[in-house]
Amino acid sequence: MANIKLAEDKLKALIEVCKSFNNEKGELINVLHKAQEIFGYLPAEVQEVVAHELNVSVATVYGVVSFYSFFTMKPKGENPISVCLGTACYVRGAEKVLEEIKKVAKVEVGETTPDGKFSLACLRCVGACGLAPVLMIGQKVYGRVAPEKVNEILAEY
Amino acid sequence: MAKIKYHILCCGGTGCHASKSDVIMSRFNEVINEKGLTSDAKVVATGCFGFCEQGPIVKILPDNTFYTRVTPEDVEEIINEHIIKGRKVTRLLYTDPAKNEHIEDSKHMNFYKKQIRIALRNCGFIDPENINEYIAREGYEALSKVLGEMTPQQAIEEVKLSGLRGRGGGGFPTGLKWEFASKYQADQKYVVCNADEGDPGAFMDRSILEGDPHSVLEAMEICGYCIGATKGLIYIRAEYPLAIHRLKVAIKQAREVGLLGKDILGTGFDFDVELRYGAGAFVCGEETALIHSMEGHRGEPTVKPPFPAESGYLKKPSNVNNVETFANIPVIFNKGANWFNKIGTERSKGTKVFALAGKINNVGLIEVPMGTTLREVIYEIGGGIKGGKKFKAVQTGGPSGGCLTEKHLDVPIEYDTLIAAGSMMGSGGMIVMDEDNCMVSVAKFYLEFTVEESCGKCTPCRIGNKRLHEILDKITKGHGTMEDLDKLKNLSQVIKDTALCGLGQTSPNPVLSTIDNFWDEYVEHVTVKKCRAGVCTSMLKFVIDPEVCIGCTLCARNCPVNAITGERKSPHQINQDICIKCGTCKEKCKFGAISIK
Ligand SMILES: Cc1cc2nc3c(=O)[nH]c(=O)nc-3n(C[C@H](O)[C@H](O)[C@H](O)COP(=O)(O)O)c2cc1C
Ligand code: SF4
Ligand code: SF4
Repeated sequence: MANIKLAEDKLKALIEVCKSFNNEKGELINVLHKAQEIFGYLPAEVQEVVAHELNVSVATVYGVVSFYSFFTMKPKGENPISVCLGTACYVRGAEKVLEEIKKVAKVEVGETTPDGKFSLACLRCVGACGLAPVLMIGQKVYGRVAPEKVNEILAEY
Repeated sequence: MAKIKYHILCCGGTGCHASKSDVIMSRFNEVINEKGLTSDAKVVATGCFGFCEQGPIVKILPDNTFYTRVTPEDVEEIINEHIIKGRKVTRLLYTDPAKNEHIEDSKHMNFYKKQIRIALRNCGFIDPENINEYIAREGYEALSKVLGEMTPQQAIEEVKLSGLRGRGGGGFPTGLKWEFASKYQADQKYVVCNADEGDPGAFMDRSILEGDPHSVLEAMEICGYCIGATKGLIYIRAEYPLAIHRLKVAIKQAREVGLLGKDILGTGFDFDVELRYGAGAFVCGEETALIHSMEGHRGEPTVKPPFPAESGYLKKPSNVNNVETFANIPVIFNKGANWFNKIGTERSKGTKVFALAGKINNVGLIEVPMGTTLREVIYEIGGGIKGGKKFKAVQTGGPSGGCLTEKHLDVPIEYDTLIAAGSMMGSGGMIVMDEDNCMVSVAKFYLEFTVEESCGKCTPCRIGNKRLHEILDKITKGHGTMEDLDKLKNLSQVIKDTALCGLGQTSPNPVLSTIDNFWDEYVEHVTVKKCRAGVCTSMLKFVIDPEVCIGCTLCARNCPVNAITGERKSPHQINQDICIKCGTCKEKCKFGAISIK
């Protein structure tokens, strides 16, 4: 991976976060949550800083980051699309919606479009099963999504 | 101040929030201010009413009027008609689909009639961000009774007498669990609330935390007193921002009034609660994995014993209970164990909350007494199958559970009967499927989930489930054989017997139960290569009826892979080797000449 340079102010914020948790090893997951809020994702460089601050090995940090699906090592697009593939959405046809998004936005799951506009991810149940199938773009939730509506929804962005 | 005449309750649960309930609420406030009605009507943001299908929901008290699918544009009319003139807005009332009648009072809705709300008692009634509303409904009375009048042992006896069993899936008797934890001596013990809710398609625990966070805090304090712990930890999914927010508010308010912290209610009892965040790993719902995750490690399970009651968080005795289990506790003390144990059946006491979803008319959150049948839940509360289709299966227990069919509809919902029928209670996901769902694909869906979520620590689960998934995939693609079906059965058994934790031990259940109950469908997939639900697209064959086709060429021009050939004005053909089953031709043909075989 090409080295990226972390922005000075964000780096400072990260070190502050570690300090606020008393640089405790046991707080690793809480620290990573905050770190992801700051940087949007957790590239190797961020993991190195966290490892150093909490005095654990980089391998330990990587082990934790890779274990939990909430943590991501790739930057998300400007408008991250998440399609719910929980059971309720699945039985109401979420897969077809997903296929349509891949076609319309020209992006694969886990990828970002070359222009950085959209990224696509699947998630398991946002808990709005009454609205199934559900998709989210950023924080906005779209319910009762039919494949035919995908074009219209994406056009908003 | 004059008594407020109307309370306008707006659902602020995640489901309704997604359909702009926040905009509706601010619009209500705006209109109320404009019209100078602030002393007549008050807007309250509540937790989930449960009837998510019809959201966003607005309920007006005192008359229990239940408005469904409300939009911000409807607000002015509701105020003008209902609040000012006292006339209901009929077009927004809930309509009984069977009788095609508007129902004015929510008490008369079938959806609510069969329900008994214990764990959900406050959801949809109170503003979860205001501790006084909780207190006004017997909140923290149980705590005060336990701390003031009971010894820990007496309180544990009361929980044992109630017959309450864990609602997180296992069904272990809660009183007994507390008793174990109370017996171990240590300088520090912990009360842990499992709010990981990993079953995809379940939202009970989240709704309780969003709608009534104090009930869980109060119960954790009672548990702390019983087992001798002064610290509580709630392990909650980071994907639940609203529940996290409500919990934070609740903890802060409880501390401010001295219901959390030092010397609670002047009894000398100290207790405080902190949040810990999960990061999206299903296996972390398993209690040993959850504890490792709280300690900042990868959430891998370990062999029990030792149980958390002996060696849990930071190797200290810890008692882990599910959110819904906790939500029942205050009621048991307020109404008495002997009230609680009259509800339900011999071996399963009380109620169970289910997230009813899938192909059902009334999707939502329901709470029924144990012993209610699946038929009552699906047809009376759930209002039957969507679009008048035929019921096919109901899945309970999430990825660890199984699919039950028509012949199980009269099975009473209890821990033991559901297991005997080949499924399990689970944490409360209940997904209804109709004739358009392919059962092989459903099994594959769950296996995909398990393969993704297996922590990888033990081989049967890591490799075995992958193989199961491959075989299912092969079958849905039309390449399966009868031997594959045998392999599925044998391998499932091996995984069940040898996996280390509950995830692996139960992961083959969706496969086994669909094989048991839908054997014909599996056989059809492998022998005649047919998927009767029409889900396994690789088995579909699009054909053009030469009698109907007029040769307009429209389909051929639209086929993305040029699989269709034919002369203008004469019948066309589809080359099956090229066809990718996209279905475009069928959609385009204006003469209905194309059908699926
Ligand atoms: C793979 C797996 C996932 C689990 N997920 C949850 C969960 O999401 N929520 C929960 O409360 N219990 C879950 N459990 C059960 C817990 O291990 C534990 O039994 C439960 O939290 C105990 O609380 P209770 O006695 O109040 O039910 C899970 C168990 C397994 C094996
Ligand atoms: S059964 Fe699966 S989830 Fe459980 S320990 Fe083994 S690999 Fe991990
Ligand atoms: S669109 Fe219909 S009528 Fe026209 S060529 Fe195709 S099958 Fe025939």
